[in-house]
Amino acid sequence: MPDVQENELDLKPAVSIIEKIEQSRRAENERIRGDDLIPILQEVQKVYGYLPIPVLSWVSERTGISTSRMYGVITFYAQFYLEPHGKHTVRCCRGTACYVRGGRRVINAVKSTLGIDDGETTGDMLFSLETVACLGACALSPVMVVDGTYYGKMTPRRAEQILKQLVEEEA
Amino acid sequence: MDEIILTIDNRELSARPGQTILEAALAGGIHIPHLCYDPRLTPTGACRLCLVEIDGLAEPQTACTRLAEQGMIVRTNTNAIRTLRKVILELLLSEHSLRCTTCDKDGDCLLQDYAYEYQIEESRFPSITIQPSGENFTSSSKAIVYDPSKCILCQRCVKICAEVQMAEALTLKGRSGDVQVTTGLEVELKESPCETCGQCVSACPTGALYERAAAGRGKAKDLIKITTTCPYCGVGCQLDLNVNSSTGRIVRVTSEIGCMPNDGNTCVKGRFGMDFVSRNDRLTKPLIRENGLFREASWDEALDRIAARFIEIKKQHGPDALAGLSSAKTTNEDNYIMQKFVRACLGTNNVDHCARLCHASTVAGLARAFGSGAMTNSIEELGRAPLIFVIGSNTTECHPVIGILIRQAVASGSTRLIVADPRRISLSRIAEIHMQQRPGTDVALINCMMNVILKEGLEDKEFIEQRTEDFNALRRAVAENTPKKASKITGVPEEDIRRAARLYASAPSASIVYSMGITQHTTGTDNVLSLANLAMLTGNVGRECTGVNPLRGQNNVQGACDLGALPNVYSGYQRVDDPDIQKKFEKAWNTELPEKPGLTVVEITNAAAEKKIRGLYIMGENPMLSDPDINHVLECLKALDFLVVQDIFMNETTQLAHVVLPACSFAEKDGTFTNTERRIQRVRKAVEPPGEAREDWRILCDLASRMGYTMNYSGAKEVQDEIALLTPIYGGITYDRLDGVGLQWPCPAGDHSGTKFLHEGKFSRGRGKFHAVRFLPPQEMPDDEYPFIFTTGRMLQHWHTGTMSRRCDVLDDLVPHGTLEINPQDALKIGVRDGDKVAVRSRRGRIEVPARLTDRIGPCTVFLAFHFREHPANALTIAALDPIAKIPEFKACAVSVEKL
Ligand code: SF4
Ligand code: SF4
Ligand code: SF4
Ligand code: FES
Ligand code: FES
Repeated sequence: MPDVQENELDLKPAVSIIEKIEQSRRAENERIRGDDLIPILQEVQKVYGYLPIPVLSWVSERTGISTSRMYGVITFYAQFYLEPHGKHTVRCCRGTACYVRGGRRVINAVKSTLGIDDGETTGDMLFSLETVACLGACALSPVMVVDGTYYGKMTPRRAEQILKQLVEEEA
Repeated sequence: MDEIILTIDNRELSARPGQTILEAALAGGIHIPHLCYDPRLTPTGACRLCLVEIDGLAEPQTACTRLAEQGMIVRTNTNAIRTLRKVILELLLSEHSLRCTTCDKDGDCLLQDYAYEYQIEESRFPSITIQPSGENFTSSSKAIVYDPSKCILCQRCVKICAEVQMAEALTLKGRSGDVQVTTGLEVELKESPCETCGQCVSACPTGALYERAAAGRGKAKDLIKITTTCPYCGVGCQLDLNVNSSTGRIVRVTSEIGCMPNDGNTCVKGRFGMDFVSRNDRLTKPLIRENGLFREASWDEALDRIAARFIEIKKQHGPDALAGLSSAKTTNEDNYIMQKFVRACLGTNNVDHCARLCHASTVAGLARAFGSGAMTNSIEELGRAPLIFVIGSNTTECHPVIGILIRQAVASGSTRLIVADPRRISLSRIAEIHMQQRPGTDVALINCMMNVILKEGLEDKEFIEQRTEDFNALRRAVAENTPKKASKITGVPEEDIRRAARLYASAPSASIVYSMGITQHTTGTDNVLSLANLAMLTGNVGRECTGVNPLRGQNNVQGACDLGALPNVYSGYQRVDDPDIQKKFEKAWNTELPEKPGLTVVEITNAAAEKKIRGLYIMGENPMLSDPDINHVLECLKALDFLVVQDIFMNETTQLAHVVLPACSFAEKDGTFTNTERRIQRVRKAVEPPGEAREDWRILCDLASRMGYTMNYSGAKEVQDEIALLTPIYGGITYDRLDGVGLQWPCPAGDHSGTKFLHEGKFSRGRGKFHAVRFLPPQEMPDDEYPFIFTTGRMLQHWHTGTMSRRCDVLDDLVPHGTLEINPQDALKIGVRDGDKVAVRSRRGRIEVPARLTDRIGPCTVFLAFHFREHPANALTIAALDPIAKIPEFKACAVSVEKL
């Protein structure tokens, strides 16, 4: 177990999340069970901003829910992050339809605007960039999604504009 | 149960309620292709290959998830279905790298079979195979290797790890198009909860998961499978040794689903612990010591030398100056011949073996209480028992496959579990109550449970009345053992004892499972008697899913006892001091036999020091690591005039021998082992012995003849036939009858089908006998100078003195050395941190070992496994003996611990 990190990380919020759920289960004469996993992960991510591994290990130890089960769920749902994540999530498509209509250039523009690579987060923790195989909106290709809002028929310039505007709003 | 009749491919088949269409079809001999189905697992429906048409349903259905229904009409092989299946296979293959030419699974791969059946050559879909490149969770594992490019994501590995092994080490990660198998948080397998059982490998239908060491050593289609019995623990798992006949080597170990008692499962030792067989440091020639050095010798020279020396000692000092130590690792046939050799040829009853060190108190205690000293019930019953009380058995580590059965039973919700153990063992996590008693206080704990049961009127009055005797003695003995007193002695909260007592007494049937935590004490026999009392008090004997169930340690410790490798009985527990029995054996063996019971293991070693024993023959044992207080053992063995050791490797004991004889390992001979549930199972020769190594029993026969007592058998089978003739409980055993699932003794006749549980309707001794047992503290209690209780035991990855297991790469890599388990609070007090080297001292010895901080172990107690010669636990233990069974107190002595 990585004990250094564990010391730096405050487990208290996690403890209170688990205790709350344990309490409600106890009221039904039950223990924490598998169905509680997703709500637990959501709560943990809400307080920590992501899912710190020491917290997950602790939760597993405490609840008996295995880390393998957690990991399966975490990697299946796009909503969960194992690393500190930006306030805004920018997802760009690298699927075939988008690619042939210049998606690659859009991605490059986003990268240079934010100064980060795929899978990274900006130093001010404002933006994270992810590229995705297909965003399921090929008719609108190339596609970029910011915090759940779809932007279709992207050009590098438009992408830059959208992001710059967000930066201004944050400032 | 109503039978379901359905029609599959125009054939009427019957199915049990709850059976799926796929299961009904397979049982009826109709093969529906399937990749993700495994009879041990809940269905996933992941591969879609088992699609069938069902009348009345528009869409094809997966046969592995649909239950069979009355009157259902199913078609499995229509053109439409075949076309669909072909597309599914093509899709699967587009994600799969078809490298059958170099794949070890070639010939035993369902995907390959189906691709052939459906004649799929080139995939219509572009290959999107994940490249096998890069690191994954198995990169540093010596046991298992994962190749994602061969993975069809059927999830069998994930499910078997979760549902059968219940380790939950594996998961699928990612989503559509980018999915792989990995561990939780992607840690290395070794860092995960993985127990290296290899069940995932056994479930994988392709070559995606494979034994790393087996890769390149022979393709599946070139391997011959020989079914035999595991040489490690008393569970007696049935293993298939996969032998490459051109190299004569064991390549990998598999096991058939459905076999008894392990249903295709194994633990890490059975699966990955076989490389010792072909290690090149095996003994291959007899060795004679001259001027302190060993030199190779011919069999003739070695055996003549032994014969001459033994005859000489016998002449000068009488037969009782000789002794033999038999072996719970060798076959029943070897043990039978050993005790026959000692009794008929040497002329003494000085024969014993290491059962003395593990379950002598079981044999003594249960024989007194019930009339038979063996596990009363069967392994399989534990899977269905409404309540299991595990005391002094770290089942998950020491009897792993029984451990997983208990885990599964508890997870199914129909079995409740009580654990009593000084350590927080893996089973305590799932137990309803865990009582963490101080080592050596078991009698106080059990007496107190009985005190509560009697006080609350929870005893089974009818059973006590009709089936037992001496109840009043028990009642008096436990009366004083109130929860308050017991709590003080044991350290277990009063309320926990009460709850446990109620839970145990009120279950419709309850099984007690115990092991060395109960037996290895100076009060070992008392402990066993107490458990027998508890079971009788509540009527929990003589029925299914009840009983007092000692889990025997060695693979064949049950058999070695059964076959008379004990100083007071012949095979089948027939007493040497019973004149009728003596006569029977004298007639059969055609010689006079001694009637005086002989010495036990520890007595033999002590007698050696006193020059009462002068010649000793040790077959397959290593007392220099396994016996208590080994510094003392060393002195004793050195005092011998003549020591012969027969083994498969040089070890701490062979070093002291005058003559060393090379024996066959279990894989090189035929015979039988008897597992902990009294099941006699076959051992079959799979490979040739190295060099001139010979079967143990043959060596003994040869030696006996040279000493003037002829023993002649054509093979192990003939030895077994003699055993059956002279041993009532083995009377019906013949090799032919053992194919399949073996037989459980008592099996008195050829038409008897064996005995699943003992004492039905009547105890072996007539009435069950209660014994008044009072708590006595361990011989050596902690004091100011030696403030810790030292307790010893085994661990999952190793076996006994490590002669075999430490020569296996996987096992050695998992656990390269021992660690002293110590409670973090205690460690803090003496300034020891995790991994620090500490010195552990007792009144008898001193060792150095790294410490491991863990709250598995209670305060003021430390634990060390005894497998490691570099820090031998038995340098510290005390040779204090149980007065009846003469078992040493391995589980408690006083030590000091200090930081180095
Ligand atoms: S070896 Fe056993 S415990 Fe380890 S991952 Fe495979 S099934 Fe699970
Ligand atoms: S590794 Fe084998 S068992 Fe596991 S998902 Fe892949 S193909 Fe199935
Ligand atoms: S549980 Fe025992 S018998 Fe079974 S494989 Fe493991 S060591 Fe062998
Ligand atoms: S390829 Fe980009 S949205 Fe489908
Ligand atoms: S066997 Fe039925 S879906 Fe795989």
